[in-house]
Amino acid sequence: MSALLDVEGLVVHHGQLCAVDDVSFHVAEGEVLAVVGANGAGKSTLLRTIAGLHRPSAGVVRFAGEDISRLGAHQRVRRGISLVPEGRRLFRSLTLEENLLVGAHKAPKGTFDIPAVYEIFPWMRERRRASVAQFSGGEQQAVAIGRALVANPKVLMLDEVSLGLAPIVIERIYEVIPAIVAQGVTVLLVEQDVSQGLKVANRVHCLLEGRTSLEGRPDELSARQIEEAYFGAELHHSQPGGPS
Amino acid sequence: MSATLVPDVGRTVVRANYHPAVLVAGVALVAAFFTAAPWILPAAWVSVLDNFFLLLILATMWNLLAGYAGMVSIGQQGFIGLGSYALLYLALKGMNPFAAIPLAALIAGAIAVPVTFLLFRLRGGYFAVATWVVADSAMLIILSISYLGGGTGRPMPGLTSLSPAQYNHDSYLATWLTALVVSVGTYLLLRSRLGLVLASMRDSETAARSSGAKVTSTRRWVFVIAAVGCGAAGAVLAISQPFVQPGNAFNINWLAEMLFATIIGGIGTVEGPIVGTIVYFVLYQSLQGLGAWYLIIFGALAVAVALWQPGGVWGLVRDKTRFELLPVGYRVRER
Amino acid sequence: MTWTNVIVQGVLFGGFYALFACGLSLLFGVMRIINLAHGDIAVVAGYTAVFLVPHLHIAAVWGFIVVVPIFALVGYVLQRTLLQAALDRSPFTTLLVTFGLSVLIENLLLEIYTANGQSVNIGSLIGNSWQVNSVIYVSWFQLVVLLVAVAVLGVLQVYLSKTSTGRLIRAVSDDREAAQICGANYRHIFGIAAAIAVATVALAGISYGILTELTPTTGGSQVLLYAFEAVVIGGIGSLWGTLIGGILLGVAQQIGAHYNPAYQVLAGHVLFLAILALRPQGLFGKKEALT
Repeated sequence: MSALLDVEGLVVHHGQLCAVDDVSFHVAEGEVLAVVGANGAGKSTLLRTIAGLHRPSAGVVRFAGEDISRLGAHQRVRRGISLVPEGRRLFRSLTLEENLLVGAHKAPKGTFDIPAVYEIFPWMRERRRASVAQFSGGEQQAVAIGRALVANPKVLMLDEVSLGLAPIVIERIYEVIPAIVAQGVTVLLVEQDVSQGLKVANRVHCLLEGRTSLEGRPDELSARQIEEAYFGAELHHSQPGGPS
Repeated sequence: MSATLVPDVGRTVVRANYHPAVLVAGVALVAAFFTAAPWILPAAWVSVLDNFFLLLILATMWNLLAGYAGMVSIGQQGFIGLGSYALLYLALKGMNPFAAIPLAALIAGAIAVPVTFLLFRLRGGYFAVATWVVADSAMLIILSISYLGGGTGRPMPGLTSLSPAQYNHDSYLATWLTALVVSVGTYLLLRSRLGLVLASMRDSETAARSSGAKVTSTRRWVFVIAAVGCGAAGAVLAISQPFVQPGNAFNINWLAEMLFATIIGGIGTVEGPIVGTIVYFVLYQSLQGLGAWYLIIFGALAVAVALWQPGGVWGLVRDKTRFELLPVGYRVRER
Repeated sequence: MTWTNVIVQGVLFGGFYALFACGLSLLFGVMRIINLAHGDIAVVAGYTAVFLVPHLHIAAVWGFIVVVPIFALVGYVLQRTLLQAALDRSPFTTLLVTFGLSVLIENLLLEIYTANGQSVNIGSLIGNSWQVNSVIYVSWFQLVVLLVAVAVLGVLQVYLSKTSTGRLIRAVSDDREAAQICGANYRHIFGIAAAIAVATVALAGISYGILTELTPTTGGSQVLLYAFEAVVIGGIGSLWGTLIGGILLGVAQQIGAHYNPAYQVLAGHVLFLAILALRPQGLFGKKEALT
């Protein structure tokens, strides 16, 4: 199994706070890896660092064997890493189509272009000239995913796509992921909502206070194990007076 | 998260890393020296000190505005000019110029009050340029008042009875005592409740607002106090010239000097303006005869400091030694 | 009739002010910063036209063809070096640094070229005017500048809304980080925006130097203040508002000057302060643009 994305000993600080503490993992081509963890576990920081929006204090990010730790965010997109950021972050003064055009402006030719995104989300075609500022949360999330897809990524990173959305909308968003994976796109997703993460993932990586607390295939892990890794129950039981 | 703030044995909370009495004694000693300066030092030195304290007032005020309240004003020359002209007006009306200094400063502050209601509608860079528009407007209005000398200016009345030596002496003392009041006042202000609000605003304005700090009224107070300070500087400037002219009183170079001195010395520190003013005078004395070059070099230095050493000279000293000459915050000391 | 002339002259000056202002407005829209050296750059461009163009053996009126592209490059380089370094620190630092730059430029010009006024001499062309009737004269040159200002704003509008680089500029002003993860190098985009801003203000500076005299301090006390007032009067973030703002500022100044030449600039300041009091978002601006 060749690792497409390889993260080694990553440490990221926000000022004095250590958000990601010595995290290592790899994602193989075609795989779906879900990083789960509670609020503040460092998941978003991890994705943002891989995308190049944060500078790590230590550690290496390799993509297809190349050390990309020193590349800027825009250069990483051109290598094939796209991020759907937390909070969607659309260009609010642009139309739907303009948002996609910006997403595609440096994209290599590939499976996903704007018509392909319209295939996945058919409602977009007739609203392509509408300003995204008026869209509902779910619609905005779809545009954010479309904007990342048109860059034709090899790895698509999804940061909390379920955040602030109704369950039915979340389900619809998650429905499209298998189709994306089927096109050979590797997916790295971050979720607070563990059940969603488990449904689509081949492998789960659990973060607790910036550190890896559990790793494995969803079918190999018990609910209790995940719960403990998520909330840190085990740490508190077995290590009283431990790290605080 | 288990490290709670228990008033534990072995720790005390103190302001300074030296005894408070040392501070009071130190300030008293320095104050005594500079008050006695006209009797001790040669006249040329006293004249340099006069200019030194004038810039010190200005830099202290600009530091309070920008360094503590985050308001980059590029219109403080307006309040210098207003202070000068308020004093001229009071002197023309028969007041003793020296006695009128506080009143002139208050007039500048009073004008600042309504001005804040306009300026505070803008933020950041827009606020900055708007302060300049206000300063320019003030100058243009003064220019059109012939009683105050219009564009050519007027000599300050009420000083002719003094002998030249007496005049130099009194003029210096006026500047020095104003500087002393402004510096000590600013220091006490920063140690007060208002200083605490300013510190919380600097960390996060939103957080300060939501925890009940009156951010806008604090800003307003600071802006008005800075106008009073700059007005006082303008008043003592008018005495030391002693000729009041719009081109000098409202000169943007005052702003450039106070801003550069603050940045070089260390913006947002009490000591910064003092250090920056010293640097300015060292440069000024050594570049005499080179015309505007001192301002070019001083400005280039300030730009470099803002980019690569934003804490300024004092920031560098403090980080290296953990020493604060004039502490405004508190620190925990292990016993 | 006299009043008609006052307004006509004001409108003509408005062209200059809009041209001063559009770069300032663009840079603020994209980077949320104000370049306090904006006006001084215009003056340097004017001085370049005064002192460089006579060596080039072209008619002075065409000097801008050489000078404006040079300043576009200057704008790009300035942004990628000094301004970006300041921006990386904070918007606050940008104000300090651009103010420092402004003082440096003004005093360097003062040292090198003295405080004397300098004009770009285009010969008899400047005198040509169109006499509408006994009181109203329209200077051809000023009319051309007004039309150029309208054209520049129009081209800028089309560039921002229709081209792919323009779209990127808008995307970067909406959300810098989001643009980065779409593959945009925001520093380069900032550079392009600064190149446009500096090129337009250079054009404005040369034109102003043709109409009147430039001194080392013209950039701060006139160009920057008028540009700023035009932007705020028209409404922050609105390009066409800037044109209207410039024209209203020009008209206000001419009305002031009509009463007393000493009130020309003050009348503009008064209009600006009145707008600030009554409608701080400007005539065509949105309230959100203020924060």
